[in-house]
Amino acid sequence: MIEIKDLHKSYKMGSNSLHVLKGINFKVEEGELVAIMGSSGSGKSTLLNILGMLDGADSGEYNLDGVPIKNLSETKAAQYRNKFLGFIFQSFNLINYKSALENVALPLYYQKVPRKERQEKAMKYLERVGLKPWASHLPSELSGGQKQRVAIARAMAAEPKVLLADEPTGALDSTTSYEVMDLIQKINDEGNTILVVTHEEDIAHMCKRIVHLKDGVIVEDKKIEQVRAEQYV
Amino acid sequence: MFNKDRWREILEVLTSNVWRTIFTAFGVCWGIFILIVLLAAGKGLENGIKKDFGDIATNTMFMWTRATTRAYEGLPQGRRFEFKIDDVQAIRDNVPNLRFISPRNQLGGFGGNNNVVRGIRTGAYNVYGDYPEIINQDPMSVTSGRFLNYNDINEKRKVAIIGLGVRNDLYDQDEDPLGTYIKIQGVNFMVIGTYKKNNSGGGEEGQKEIFVPFTSFSQAFNRGEDVGWMAITAEDGSSISNLKDKIVNVMKDRHKVHPEDTRAVGYFDLYEQYNRVESLFGALKAVAYIVGIMVLLSGIIGVSNIMLIVVKERTKEIGIRRALGEQPWSIKKQILMESIFLTLISGMVGIIFGSLVIFGINSLLDSVGPVDMFMSPSVSVGVVSGALTILMVSGLLAGFIPAQSAIKVRPIEALRTE
Repeated sequence: MIEIKDLHKSYKMGSNSLHVLKGINFKVEEGELVAIMGSSGSGKSTLLNILGMLDGADSGEYNLDGVPIKNLSETKAAQYRNKFLGFIFQSFNLINYKSALENVALPLYYQKVPRKERQEKAMKYLERVGLKPWASHLPSELSGGQKQRVAIARAMAAEPKVLLADEPTGALDSTTSYEVMDLIQKINDEGNTILVVTHEEDIAHMCKRIVHLKDGVIVEDKKIEQVRAEQYV
Repeated sequence: MFNKDRWREILEVLTSNVWRTIFTAFGVCWGIFILIVLLAAGKGLENGIKKDFGDIATNTMFMWTRATTRAYEGLPQGRRFEFKIDDVQAIRDNVPNLRFISPRNQLGGFGGNNNVVRGIRTGAYNVYGDYPEIINQDPMSVTSGRFLNYNDINEKRKVAIIGLGVRNDLYDQDEDPLGTYIKIQGVNFMVIGTYKKNNSGGGEEGQKEIFVPFTSFSQAFNRGEDVGWMAITAEDGSSISNLKDKIVNVMKDRHKVHPEDTRAVGYFDLYEQYNRVESLFGALKAVAYIVGIMVLLSGIIGVSNIMLIVVKERTKEIGIRRALGEQPWSIKKQILMESIFLTLISGMVGIIFGSLVIFGINSLLDSVGPVDMFMSPSVSVGVVSGALTILMVSGLLAGFIPAQSAIKVRPIEALRTE
């Protein structure tokens, strides 16, 4: 599903440049649930941004579902993001003047899905994350866990090939974190490919594979026994 | 364009900070208001000045004789001469593109003695000997009876058409003047019609005139073949200003005036005066546009400024939208439409406000009566649609830089903004 070869990325900070990713080789199969771990500054967010086409790599190859991702124009990148990827952010990033339903329907709007169909679909995904009764609420009227579930529903709405989660539990207490992870696990059970960036050990162990990043290189890549989040809920 | 979601979003953004939107809108509103009011004031002045031309056919010259200033063909300097009735035909034969040539004779004049008598009432009026065509050059509406016709001319009938001012002086309110007689310098004329001049061209004076057939006038007041002066109107396609030299030369030739004697034939070119006034108002209009657009410009800059702030505030949101796959062009369109919408709406408010002020001034003018040199200020539909076009373009310009800056920020940077 995801294949990257010898990925390099550096940032220019004034006169000196910061080499963040120093040759990453990495493969993700369909249906995997991968945790990307590492301390801050290890390059995990940068990697996720490149995978999410929010940022470009300096060199190296990136194939997503067989499509080479290289030198995309902004328009093309937007198209691919919409078609291939769903984002889940640490700070939820819901649009605060739109209701939960409208937020979920947004990616479908960019796909030019007709209004009625859009709303039906969005409602279906809201139902799946258990928030149907809150459909008309604004994000400010929802709790943190609910917001993240709306964000997950939004990421799912466009039926992407890969879900990218950047510290999805970073802003949540542990009980809510487990609820969210439970949801992510269930989505994964249905065969969706999910990448989770986290620095929390317990969250990482709820995935099926852990990739450790340190100073811009992968130091460890192992399959693990998945801890189900259900038991903590 | 007519996407419900897009419009909802535009309204949401613009109403999220109502006072800011209103203050921004005020800049544009004020600009277009100034533009409209200035143009209307210019138009009012124009109407006021043009009123003084009345309904007179403006492509007209008036021509009369004066003493010669140069000796010519054995005739002395300082000789007086008169136009003759034959001159009319001579002009018609020699100068093309003339529509009306009216020879005229006149009695009375400003501050003249009483010259008209009816019973025990008397008055001093301008009495004109005219051909029927004069009604085309000096328009008036016949309120009762009829105007002169060629039977009057050919049979030298002693008939007269009197102005409403004359009628009011010489007749009682309930009297019918038609068929009655008035005595003009001792000669009886039968009143066959009354007229009213629509615009007060010449004011009160214009209503105090009496028209009689040219031929009867000549006979009754011993003018023989003489013509006092002429009113000559050119055809619509050609300007009298270009033809006047030719006409004057024909007259000089026929009356043995030295070709270089510039004073012997006097004339007044109404068209030239009219054109001068026209170009004055053209300049006035240009000034109004320039001032209005300059004021509008500062409003537009205000809109542009606010749109930049809005984009800044929404940087993160724009980042989210782009991460979710919104096309850059779509974001740009959104910003542009917000800007155009804001400009158009506030501009329309300005136009409405301006129209109300113009309406107010008009009803004020109506209630206090006519004011010198100012009449019914107004703006035409053309001006309004022009203003709307200006607004449309300026909204586009105002939104352009903010829209550009909205998509210049990369989504990743936009997302990082807290």
